[in-house]
Amino acid sequence: MKPDLTIQGLRVAYGSRVVVEGLNLPPLRPGTLTALVGPNAAGKSTLLRGMAGLVPRTRGVVRLGEQDLLAMRIPDRARHLAYMPQGLPGGVALTVLETLVGALRAVPGDRPVSGAEATRRALDLLQRLQIADLALLSLDRLSGGQRQLVGLAQALVRRPDVLLLDEPTSALDLRHQLSVMDLVHRMVREEAVIGVVVLHDLGLAARFADRVVALSQGAVQADGTPEATLTPGLLAAVYGVAGRVERCSQGHLLVLPDAPLPPSV
Amino acid sequence: MSIHAEIGHAEAGYRRLLLRRATLLVLLAAGLVLAFLLDVATGPARLSLGTVLQTLLAGPGATGPGAEGMNGLIIWQVRLPQALMAILVGAALALAGAEMQTVLDNPLASPFTLGVSSAASLGAALALVLGSGVPFVPQAWLVPANAFLFSLGAMTLLLGLARLRGAGVQALVLFGIALVFAFNALVALLQFLATEQALQQLVFWTMGSLSRASWPQVGALAAAMALVLPFTARAAWRLTALRLGEDRARSFGVDTAATRRGALLRVSLLAGLSVAFVGTIGFVGLVGPHAARLLVGEDHRFFLPASALCGALLLALASVIGKLAVPGLMLPIGIVTALIGVPVFLALVLGRGRMA
Repeated sequence: MKPDLTIQGLRVAYGSRVVVEGLNLPPLRPGTLTALVGPNAAGKSTLLRGMAGLVPRTRGVVRLGEQDLLAMRIPDRARHLAYMPQGLPGGVALTVLETLVGALRAVPGDRPVSGAEATRRALDLLQRLQIADLALLSLDRLSGGQRQLVGLAQALVRRPDVLLLDEPTSALDLRHQLSVMDLVHRMVREEAVIGVVVLHDLGLAARFADRVVALSQGAVQADGTPEATLTPGLLAAVYGVAGRVERCSQGHLLVLPDAPLPPSV
Repeated sequence: MSIHAEIGHAEAGYRRLLLRRATLLVLLAAGLVLAFLLDVATGPARLSLGTVLQTLLAGPGATGPGAEGMNGLIIWQVRLPQALMAILVGAALALAGAEMQTVLDNPLASPFTLGVSSAASLGAALALVLGSGVPFVPQAWLVPANAFLFSLGAMTLLLGLARLRGAGVQALVLFGIALVFAFNALVALLQFLATEQALQQLVFWTMGSLSRASWPQVGALAAAMALVLPFTARAAWRLTALRLGEDRARSFGVDTAATRRGALLRVSLLAGLSVAFVGTIGFVGLVGPHAARLLVGEDHRFFLPASALCGALLLALASVIGKLAVPGLMLPIGIVTALIGVPVFLALVLGRGRMA
């Protein structure tokens, strides 16, 4: 039985600018995918970076079972948790495969991975993402969507207990949005990973997440199943948008924004 | 193609890629040996490669009366320290440049362009002119110790700025240029104040010359390289990961702050000692890593040694050119590298402009 992830009293700030304050979440369970949604500047990415231990002086509790992730040394934390930031830097003369092998071998820790094993694991994953043909291409020659898939692969290849993804689908076409979310969803299920994904597309959140957490101004506005959280009330309160939430003929939730509400409402 | 065939295909392709890079390193090393022998053979007294090899194999004891003894004297006392210094300085500066480009995430970073060399010059100048420097260091090593300390200071400033949020690539380069101007102005001030004798020595710094290379200096720089290289090798994967960005590298488990601190120490030691011994030699630290990147990419297991080899090769060839360009005169090597380096630097900047 894998442990839950607990977040209590989390405070994340950049210098004197506090973005997230006193944030609590009920335990995140292994094998479930949680979508973090909310308008721009709601603190989604900051919360994710804070949970990943990437923002200095983050206070509060981020605990996996009994282990305090924030108190861990960076290499120890990386054994449990993988984080995918938005975008990859440009001008890097590395092949796709090299970046994945690098992700596995950057810090050997107490479970060093041999070159051959790292290569095999990386290629297996690229195959599952249907981009094995990109393995030997330089990062600089990839399209925006391909880069995003490779960035995702760099996080997945480490087989973490906790997977934090910052907008993994923002640059992808429809087909790849679905296949990436499907893959993340399956991986979370099959390997009992605790998945947290920042999503802008509420349709994807409704479709793939087990749980939706809506943030606004650094605080949780709603938390629960997609059915419970994604409501016209939430669209109005969090996004300032009038809209409907309906079920399609196949039973999937559809979020239909209609019009922006006047600022005073 | 079946799944297994596709994976097998990619695996074989990756193995070929690694083999090609290893071969390139061997070729670079072979080229370096050739350039080194050519460097030793070139000078006012032309020596054949055969004579050079013979004298080298005979060992340092082969000095004495007669033509052979004369050759031995020329090679062991004059040419060899200079040729070895060219290689060591080239390797040290290019390695320092490569690590700087990675940890500062800036393709225009090098000890010369961002003021680390200028800082070292100032440190050296202070020791030369005022005789003031690091306490408890013997007089003979005051210049290198001071140069190291000042380059360490400059690197610390650069790293501090690079870590500030919102400080982009341009800000760092501009700051580096400001450092170059500031340190150069202070060196000029010292020149103004210096005695005749100290001034002569100072001019030698600003030009960058191998002509005063001595065995103890070669030994010191070689020892510094030997000290630094194991740490560089150990950091190779972490530096590779750092190329993918701070957050991602940390998510891979890389303590990026510690990795940067390690690089800072290595760069300061290599750049500081190089400048202390031969003065400011520009552009090797910039061009070496770029040539290496074109040849072997940025897997730092290959990129770092390739940078060092490219830098060493470049400086060995520059040394040969410096001896041949004007008959009967040995041009300071700093002038040669600047003349070669400036067009390469411009090509890099303009090439980036086109890409952006």
